[in-house]
Amino acid sequence: MKTLKTRIKYIAENFYLVLTLIFLYAPIMTMMVLSFNQSKSRTQWGGFTLDWYLEMFSRSTIMDALRNTLVIAFLSALIAAIIGTAASIAINSMKPMPKTIIMGITNIPMLNADIVTGISLMLAFIAFGISLGFKTILIAHITFNIPYVILSVMPKLKQTSRSTYEAALDLGASPLYAFFKVVFPDILPGVLSGFLLAFTMSLDDFIITHFTRGAGINTLSTLIYSEVRRGINPSMYALSTIIFLAVLILLIITNFAPHARKEEK
Amino acid sequence: MSQPLIDLVNISKSFDGTLVLDDLNLSVKENSFVTLLGPSGCGKTTTLRIIGGFEHADAGKVIFDGQDISDLPPNKRQLNTVFQKYALFTHMNIAENIAFGLKIKNKPKSYIQDKIKYALKLVNLDGYENRSVDSLSGGQQQRIAIARAIVNEPRVLLLDEPLGALDLKLRQDMQYELIRLKNELGITFIYVTHDQEEALTMSDTIVVMNQGYIQQMGTPEQIYNEPENAFVADFIGDSNIVPGLMIRDELVEIFGAKFTCVDKGFGNNRPVDVVIRPEDVELVSPEEGTLKGVCTHLIFKGVHYEMEVTTPDGFEWLVHSTQLCPVGKEVGIRVDPYNIQIMNKPASEDEEAVGVNE
Repeated sequence: MKTLKTRIKYIAENFYLVLTLIFLYAPIMTMMVLSFNQSKSRTQWGGFTLDWYLEMFSRSTIMDALRNTLVIAFLSALIAAIIGTAASIAINSMKPMPKTIIMGITNIPMLNADIVTGISLMLAFIAFGISLGFKTILIAHITFNIPYVILSVMPKLKQTSRSTYEAALDLGASPLYAFFKVVFPDILPGVLSGFLLAFTMSLDDFIITHFTRGAGINTLSTLIYSEVRRGINPSMYALSTIIFLAVLILLIITNFAPHARKEEK
Repeated sequence: MSQPLIDLVNISKSFDGTLVLDDLNLSVKENSFVTLLGPSGCGKTTTLRIIGGFEHADAGKVIFDGQDISDLPPNKRQLNTVFQKYALFTHMNIAENIAFGLKIKNKPKSYIQDKIKYALKLVNLDGYENRSVDSLSGGQQQRIAIARAIVNEPRVLLLDEPLGALDLKLRQDMQYELIRLKNELGITFIYVTHDQEEALTMSDTIVVMNQGYIQQMGTPEQIYNEPENAFVADFIGDSNIVPGLMIRDELVEIFGAKFTCVDKGFGNNRPVDVVIRPEDVELVSPEEGTLKGVCTHLIFKGVHYEMEVTTPDGFEWLVHSTQLCPVGKEVGIRVDPYNIQIMNKPASEDEEAVGVNE
């Protein structure tokens, strides 16, 4: 009797889980399947093909957009990681009151609607006479990435005690040497996950990029958007599939990297 | 003969408007074991951090071996610190931790290897070179922290409550260990603690501090036997502090009874404070006693009994004795003249308040 009950409970729980996963991933799975569809139809299966992937790789607009996306994601994440880490150290050494205020201010860009951030950045660039293009996208991405880095570095900094830094100074290290030898290794997992988080955020951003890019430059997301308006081409499915997989892999690394590091010890 | 190695001259320091150190003067002789002792918030750790260079005094100078080092950063000072929470570098192994300071000074590899071996032997942890910090117990970590500091051959070792996080037994073992290290190395130790027993066990000189002032400075014997004020008397061990009247030299009146003592120079008919240690109160038959009282409290403490004897004026005398006196029995109190310590009444009400609080 009891075993039957537990079995039913087990099945019910799993059924619910599967249902949730279907709701979340069915649309993406559909897109993935269609990216291998020979026929251009969205409802009929015309046989398996990799043509759309080949077409995608042969089109220079797509490849340019891919390169732009990756370069912007990497540079913005790197620069945000450096600025964000420096900012975290400064914030961490503040007195409680200013600390709370500054943390509140840095959190606003994360809560702010992307469209507001996007439009305001665009207006600012135009007002200051900066022509929209690659560098404005990069600056915009750095801007919205910094809070994510601060968010992931701060907890690590709170864990490291000030006395290890002082101990290093005490043993004759210069402040810079002490930071890189003693403090940085302690907060490195936080900086890395901040970097990866920023990289992902930059990779899949559309709205802010859309407003801050100039004519003639595209990232993958803006390219897909403009392509879709002109009538959808299945090579866009292929591209979206690849973006999804890339983001998925990055997220998995972000989530598991700190744990793996801990177990290593 | 021995010159002061460290001189603190008129040091003042405040944090957010609160005065922590007020015009403090302190000199430390070469090769001595000096303990800064006091309750939390008395300024002892701040004093140590000013010597170490982690805090900058608002006013005053730090003189080290004749040179003013007040503005020197910690990494340029010839002294090393052992921190309360060990502050070991957890991403390095034990050998790397110990070698940290030597590598900065660009010492040759073979020299560093020898030094690591020597330091580990000194703290009784041979063969721990490749262990990780996390695999060590608290006591072992503290010894590594000491090893890491002493390989740099500092002239002064600053220790900030290094035994605070250890359990009682380990703490006692480490006290002997520290005395041994001090004697083997022949360097100056400046030690901060709030534990009076630790201070009495290890120090050559104890500096009792409270509210940013030095209350008394002296050998453990002086501090214990001849406290200069009520705060010191109360902070170091248990004591009976009673109001008295100095009738003339070598005679003091306590609760109407006259006690002969050995102190002089307080003037005639002056109100004073009298300190009598609980172990110095002798219980005798009522007729023989200078004062009479009734035993009101009795606890067995192992080495001795702890009793309270209430005299007619209401004062409860704390008595430590191997002799048992049952509760309710009338006894006499007698004190040998040299066990009576006379102190001046505190000059200000402020000082008195401190004594009463602690």
